[in-house]
Amino acid sequence: MNEQPLFKDGVVGDRMNRVDGRLKVTGAAQYSAEYQLPGLVHGFLVGSTIAKGRIKSIDTKAAERAPGVLAVITHVNSIKVPGFANRSQPDEPPTAGQPLRVFHDEKILFNDQPIAIVVADTLERARYAAGLVKTQYEADQHATNFNAHMDRAKVPAQAKKNPKSPQADHDRGQVDGYKTAPVKLEMEYVIPTEMHNPMELQSIIAHWEAPDKLTVYDKVQAVKGTQRAFAKDWGIPEQNVKVIATFVGGAFGNGLHNWPHETAAIIAAKTVNRPVKLVLTREQMFTMVGYRPYTWQRIGIGATPDGKLVGITHEATGQTSTYEDFTESTVQQTRMMYQSPNISTRYRILPLDISTPIWMRGPGEATGAFALESAMDELAHALNLDPMEFRLRNYTDTDPDNGKPWSTKYLKECYQMGAERIGWKNRQMQPGTNKQGDWLVGYGMGVGTFGANRGSAKAGARMLANGTVVLQSATTDIGPGTGTVMVQLAADALGMPPEKVRFELGNSLFPDAPSQGGSATVNTVGSAVVAACAALKEKLYQLAGSTFSAAKPADIVIKGTQLSLANNASAKVAYADLIKQNNGQEVAVVTESKPGNERQKYSMYSFSVHFVEVHVHQLTGEVRVKKMVACADAGTIVNHKTAGNQMLGGAVGGIGMALTEGAMIDDRFGRYVTKDLADYHVPVHADAPAIEVAFVDKPDLIVDPMGTKGIGEIAIIGAAPAIANAVFNATGKRIRELPITPDKLI
Amino acid sequence: MNQFQYVRPSKPKAAIDARAKDQNSQFIAGGTNLLDLMKRGVMNPERLIDISRLPLDKLERENNTFRIGSMALNATVADDKQVLEKLPLLAQALNAGASAQLRNMATIGGNMLQRTRCPYFYDTALPCNKREPGSGCGALEGYNRMHAIFGFSDKCIAVHPSDMSVALVALDATVLVSGPKGDRRIPFGELHRLPGDMPQKDTTLEPGELITAVEVPEGPFTKNVHYLKVRERASYAFALVSVAAALQLENNIIKDARLAMGGVAHKPWRLTEAEKSLVGKPATEATFQAAAAIAMQGAKAFKHNAYKLKLGPNAIVQALKNATNVA
Ligand SMILES: Cc1cc2nc3c(=O)[nH]c(=O)nc-3n(C[C@H](O)[C@H](O)[C@H](O)COP(=O)(O)OP(=O)(O)OC[C@H]3O[C@@H](n4cnc5c(N)ncnc54)[C@H](O)[C@@H]3O)c2cc1C
Ligand code: SF4
Repeated sequence: MNEQPLFKDGVVGDRMNRVDGRLKVTGAAQYSAEYQLPGLVHGFLVGSTIAKGRIKSIDTKAAERAPGVLAVITHVNSIKVPGFANRSQPDEPPTAGQPLRVFHDEKILFNDQPIAIVVADTLERARYAAGLVKTQYEADQHATNFNAHMDRAKVPAQAKKNPKSPQADHDRGQVDGYKTAPVKLEMEYVIPTEMHNPMELQSIIAHWEAPDKLTVYDKVQAVKGTQRAFAKDWGIPEQNVKVIATFVGGAFGNGLHNWPHETAAIIAAKTVNRPVKLVLTREQMFTMVGYRPYTWQRIGIGATPDGKLVGITHEATGQTSTYEDFTESTVQQTRMMYQSPNISTRYRILPLDISTPIWMRGPGEATGAFALESAMDELAHALNLDPMEFRLRNYTDTDPDNGKPWSTKYLKECYQMGAERIGWKNRQMQPGTNKQGDWLVGYGMGVGTFGANRGSAKAGARMLANGTVVLQSATTDIGPGTGTVMVQLAADALGMPPEKVRFELGNSLFPDAPSQGGSATVNTVGSAVVAACAALKEKLYQLAGSTFSAAKPADIVIKGTQLSLANNASAKVAYADLIKQNNGQEVAVVTESKPGNERQKYSMYSFSVHFVEVHVHQLTGEVRVKKMVACADAGTIVNHKTAGNQMLGGAVGGIGMALTEGAMIDDRFGRYVTKDLADYHVPVHADAPAIEVAFVDKPDLIVDPMGTKGIGEIAIIGAAPAIANAVFNATGKRIRELPITPDKLI
Repeated sequence: MNQFQYVRPSKPKAAIDARAKDQNSQFIAGGTNLLDLMKRGVMNPERLIDISRLPLDKLERENNTFRIGSMALNATVADDKQVLEKLPLLAQALNAGASAQLRNMATIGGNMLQRTRCPYFYDTALPCNKREPGSGCGALEGYNRMHAIFGFSDKCIAVHPSDMSVALVALDATVLVSGPKGDRRIPFGELHRLPGDMPQKDTTLEPGELITAVEVPEGPFTKNVHYLKVRERASYAFALVSVAAALQLENNIIKDARLAMGGVAHKPWRLTEAEKSLVGKPATEATFQAAAAIAMQGAKAFKHNAYKLKLGPNAIVQALKNATNVA
């Protein structure tokens, strides 16, 4: 395999500051709710107060009469969305079923379902009037309690159709082969519902520029997917829908689905014939835009006394809504993470009267890793083996699920780097024996993996007359620093300083790119950017005609507005002349870049290991993460600063998952009772210790030409079990239901 | 949020008059609690009387007594040198509350009158006797993880969320109020009430009464004090249970003791019997454990807060240990 990175002596790998950093810290960056449009008015959503049933009557008179109100829209008077008639899930998320059709009929499918939108000249007036809408319901018996309705769990539709689907039951070797092992354990694990709470609230401005021409400034992760969905909804050509998401204040997956509030705003804008802005409240973020589903898991695991795995059975059931099948990859990693002759996986979904979940960072894998990596720790303890040593004894150099070689796998390097940095040698084999004053000290580790995915994408490159190259692609940047790393990749691909390169994204009119999700943006869009840069050079080469004909396009050196050759500086041409050659047009290309057949030959994954040291107070049960080391094998690191940021954020997310986060429903009402940031605890700064990040930083040139593999998801996968394992090491208490709050430890 | 009028009187008397004139008015100080409640439709005053700029923000010290104006900010008091030296327990409790941003806005008067964080109280779609008398107590059979283990009634099992108040009740503070009927002084322990049959009434204040100041005697509790707050994250969370402990020691013998708990009742919960049990004893873990056992007498838990029966005494012991450096 080619170990030679594509980029030598360039800026790839540098800790380059974000190209939009200044815009963000000065407030100049415009987020979707911040566009000032003439005539803009404000919407506010009214949510249902029952979980299931029908609206008997809805009295909007008082709201309509309230000052400043332009319209109150409900299922009674809403204009009909043409695509609702036979709306099934569009191209985006993997869900089967029918997305909620807002204001379509009187049915209530979950608590706080949007049932009306009030449009007024100010936000305050819209909000006030929303409080005046009076609704009578006919309630049905709802089901929101997961445990009480476990018997309703079902095989997801796509697994029923296709037994080869990743969601289908799977057995390698003997069914439940772990049972034959001399040492075996069976455990159940639960993670509660975790809520998406990015800093930026979900928001949209919907603007009908003409009766068949829609522009939305929308907080989404897929501008193209959103464009397609709304075009279908409204029966208008795709190019008539413009979706702008230049800046996104964190999304973590909740912008991967188009939600009812977006269509509510579009309906409202059409009704009042003015641009309508709709920003969800923090409480509405808990019910209207997806979440990490409550998931029950059971693991059976067995090994020989010398620590060779005999089998693992991993079962999981995740909740979904009654109207969409949301599925995720909760059990798949168990098939490929460790060498084991017998593997069985089972995945079910449990429809409840709640809104539809959506991927949340490291989606199913993070959930699954909590069970698998906890179970590995439990079995290591039962075998009296160091948990890292136990993992090493079951290390695999090929993918045990399909026998293919890994494209690259540097997980052992991660173990070693992490163990050194955390001081793994200080870990006591006997739990509860390491004390510092009133605190018990423990160490833990957890492994994470996520597919190194690459899709197809297009990118455009245009060289301006002043020598700047502008690249465009309809991807988004939900925070990882996509724009910055694309500039770095393009700068090196062009051999230009990054200051002379610009990258534009977040606009559906740009060349097609997939959603930002699944840790695949650098692999996918980066490949397209690199290809576009090569194509641009190729075109310049052709336009230069005989001047460069002795060399190759790649040898072209661009300095300001002068082009020359790397090995022959005297062969040069002014860019202005090439523009003349190009009929007076700036030179521009659009290219598409696709993966090849590498997936048929290789298994491709990123890997991470989290190591943590925790202190647990003996009397109060408080857990403090004292130190965390996050190591990743993620291929080429294009920017150590932004990549490091990803790892830090993921680690803090892992602290939340392990110790603080969990949304509670009161099943009597089918309604969340923890729905603000005072009751739903995300970690605060004081919860985050010093976190050290270490990358293997070796390219994987099978995944893509840059050698990248993806970071966003592995940054969190495995972090929560690392903490849970450390808590066990500190206290001897195994907490199998997250979050690990003080009450569970005293 | 409803529409409201807004006035900002410049004298306390004018504020009291304005409030007396309008049943549906409310004082607003820092607004960090009231505005949240208004946005959620829990409180719907038609008139806000902004008292934040009344000249009631002074911090004075006279005759071994601190007099802290009700409009003094939480942050100002917590950082005051004299408070840190003479009333360290109060400073610790203040700093354990909320976040720096909130403490910069919140006033001393507003802090003691902040309303419960019971989630049913906050959601107008759910039953709550405190918000809507007679609608039922949602928490009683519901999600009552944060709720009371002392002094509750079958009408309401909410807890008072203030950290500062736990220290003030331990330190024998006195609340100074002015109202339509004149001025009066309320011992801090009598400011908040138990829910009984009227959970909608948090305090013993008469309608329209304005808190002008709180007086705190200096006392001997300058050294062996600790405010322990057990919460679900390291900062910026309400207490599962908190303990204010203050001891006066002489040769490791406890001469005088103050002990109170937060997060356990509808009011800051002073533990007088436990205090008595400490006096005259050596400051040892065994002494502390005995006091903790006395403190917990009569505690009763609900479905989701049984952990408090164990966390409570543990926290008392730990707070006393921290106050005395008993290992
Ligand atoms: C996210 C969050 C976390 C928090 N965490 C904590 C915590 O951990 N611990 C803690 O103790 N607190 C916490 N708080 C609460 C905070 O301490 C209170 O909101 C604050 O102290 C209230 O003070 P204020 O001046 O803003 O009151 P306001 O909101 O202005 O008023 C509160 C109430 O008191 C009345 N009032 C105010 N002043 C007077 C007066 N002088 N006389 C008569 N009536 C008056 C008002 O009419 C109103 O009903 C938190 C708050 C938030 C939002
Ligand atoms: S505990 Fe009190 S505040 Fe909470 S629901 Fe019951 S009555 Fe309301």
